[in-house]
Amino acid sequence: MSDFFTVSVLVATLASGIRLATPFLLAALGETIGQRSGVLNLGVEGVMLIGAFAAYYAALETGSATFGILMALAAGAVMGLVYALITVVLHAEQGISGIGIFLFGLGFTDLLFQKQVGTPIPIRGLQPIEIPLLSDIPHIGEIFFQHSLLTYVAFLLVPAVWFMINRTTFGLNIRAVGETPEAADTLGVSVNRTRTATIVIGNTFAGLAGGALALEVGIFQQNLTAGQGFIAVALVYFGAWRAFGVMAGALLFGIVSATVLQWKTLGIVSGAASSLTAMAPALLTIVVLVVVSRRSDAPAALTRPFDRAA
Amino acid sequence: MTMLDTAPDDATPAEPDPHEQKQPLSERLIEVLAALAVPLGAVLAAFTIGAIMLLALGANPLKGYAALLEGAFGSWDALADTALKSMPLLLVGVGICIAFRAGVINIGGEGQIIVGAIMATVFALAMPDLPRVLLVPLVLIGGAIGGGIWGAIPGALKAYAGVSEILSTIMLNIVAAQFLSFLLQDLLIEEGAIRIQQTERLSANADLPLMPGGTRLHLGVLIAILVAIAGYVLLFRSALGVRLRAVGHNPHASRYAGMPVKRSIVQALAFSGACSGIAGAALVFGSESHRLIGEGGAAAFTQNAGFNGIVAALFGGLHPLYTIPASFFFGGMLTGGISLQRELQVPAALIVALNGVVVVFVVGSLRLRSKISAWSDARRRSQVAS
Repeated sequence: MSDFFTVSVLVATLASGIRLATPFLLAALGETIGQRSGVLNLGVEGVMLIGAFAAYYAALETGSATFGILMALAAGAVMGLVYALITVVLHAEQGISGIGIFLFGLGFTDLLFQKQVGTPIPIRGLQPIEIPLLSDIPHIGEIFFQHSLLTYVAFLLVPAVWFMINRTTFGLNIRAVGETPEAADTLGVSVNRTRTATIVIGNTFAGLAGGALALEVGIFQQNLTAGQGFIAVALVYFGAWRAFGVMAGALLFGIVSATVLQWKTLGIVSGAASSLTAMAPALLTIVVLVVVSRRSDAPAALTRPFDRAA
Repeated sequence: MTMLDTAPDDATPAEPDPHEQKQPLSERLIEVLAALAVPLGAVLAAFTIGAIMLLALGANPLKGYAALLEGAFGSWDALADTALKSMPLLLVGVGICIAFRAGVINIGGEGQIIVGAIMATVFALAMPDLPRVLLVPLVLIGGAIGGGIWGAIPGALKAYAGVSEILSTIMLNIVAAQFLSFLLQDLLIEEGAIRIQQTERLSANADLPLMPGGTRLHLGVLIAILVAIAGYVLLFRSALGVRLRAVGHNPHASRYAGMPVKRSIVQALAFSGACSGIAGAALVFGSESHRLIGEGGAAAFTQNAGFNGIVAALFGGLHPLYTIPASFFFGGMLTGGISLQRELQVPAALIVALNGVVVVFVVGSLRLRSKISAWSDARRRSQVAS
């Protein structure tokens, strides 16, 4: 255990925690936007897988990680349109249709991977960008300022999403249709158009989250996300539907995951016990859900489709 | 358990009584067609998407579906394999019917299968010398207990702490998968073996007996059908079922009617989990290796039945008896997917993707279905009036 509490190991763990938090953060921010408008998207896991494969395959074929990012964004946006059709137009039950999206993403990416790639070929993923001057600060620089592009993007999106939800007209519309869609409709806000927009934005974030994961590890495999998308949905509850709360949750999960990995590497826990410690994020989520469920911050119209005739 | 007929009826959801008024055959036909149209249309739509995907992958869709059907239903052995593949889907699916009818969305089938399998394995390891007539039922009960506990936890969390069961069941899937991985690397790993994540060959007295006919078909398939019938009786022929469905239909009204809503939620998820737990036990003791194997990840053991069972149940209209043919169909897709892979080199993962499409189409078309029946109702009313 004493091996763990050295400055260099702690610094490396925190830095890797921030790196691991990136996919969680991107996906959970997107989910926050959707849920604030009253739409639960449980398919994040599937969309992340599709984004991850899109990024991996594009980068594999072209050698360009940037092109990979673009394809992840595009794949997410397309899935957003599909999910908008399912929930906004067809009014499908959101929890169950999300599982459908997950199964589709799981099978579809596995299919494409086996057919188009076959054996896992590593790609040259995103390279760390050292921020001039700041990255030279001892320890602090290594923890915060030597990450890849998407990590910076994810954390810069936190204030951006906060601003969009709380300080723009669009954000006001999002909150209005998420709380009282009938009232918003009376005031001339198109509920379904607003929700379609948030769903597309949210899924684009989820696609990017998958891309961030694939381009970080530089590989794709079946079920690469391994539940991260589901945890991202739970993080929205954790963060009480607020951008900065979600960021805190993503950081906590990233650092817990990094610690578990670090302990395994250092041999502090055995291979078997590392499975036990890998339960920590899921158990932590449940505990957090128990705590936050007493608060009534959830958008009032969450999972409730809107129909003017009803 | 009292029968439905003696239960107070005014608290139950007002389902239109088909015998109330003699309906012309044509209108009943419309309703039956509307009910059938949803699952059949969903499969047709999914198959169309599948055909497009096959074309895009350079395979002939007709040949692909022929290989799929041949592999699934083309011989006695194929039918037996299909039945075996459909067994966990049916068990999970019956559990899904119970949970969804009670208004709780159980996405924890994966975890409940795993904990059921663990509990059943522990039973077999603890009492390996019991005679087969006792040990086989005991391991199945063990599975039910394990899965039931793993279902009751999110039930209690929802009922008494207000935690969304969708999220808690998903988290408990992750916990169960990691716990399985831990046990098979540590406490339950085969002694002295190469370090593969699996138990020893479990007591032969716990093996599920093979069915006559010379195929791989075993008792688990029969058990699954019996559980489906029991699930039907529970939901539609017992007072408890009336209560569960009433709670699912309208929890507020049920509370005013004096029903224990919170307890009902826990019960529904416990029953639901127990069904999946039996699937876990049957997957261990009906397997050809007769071991609990965790190598290759938890999903390799569960065969994703925790999710695919949801597909089967939705396809069966959340009715335990209709879930029997629905599971057989999806079991056939999984078996056929393997021959699709063998003959056309199209990965069987296509079937997983298509299952997802079916889910989306089934839940997406429910609104359409309610519109059709509303239209049929309106037509009847206008005819009665004229």
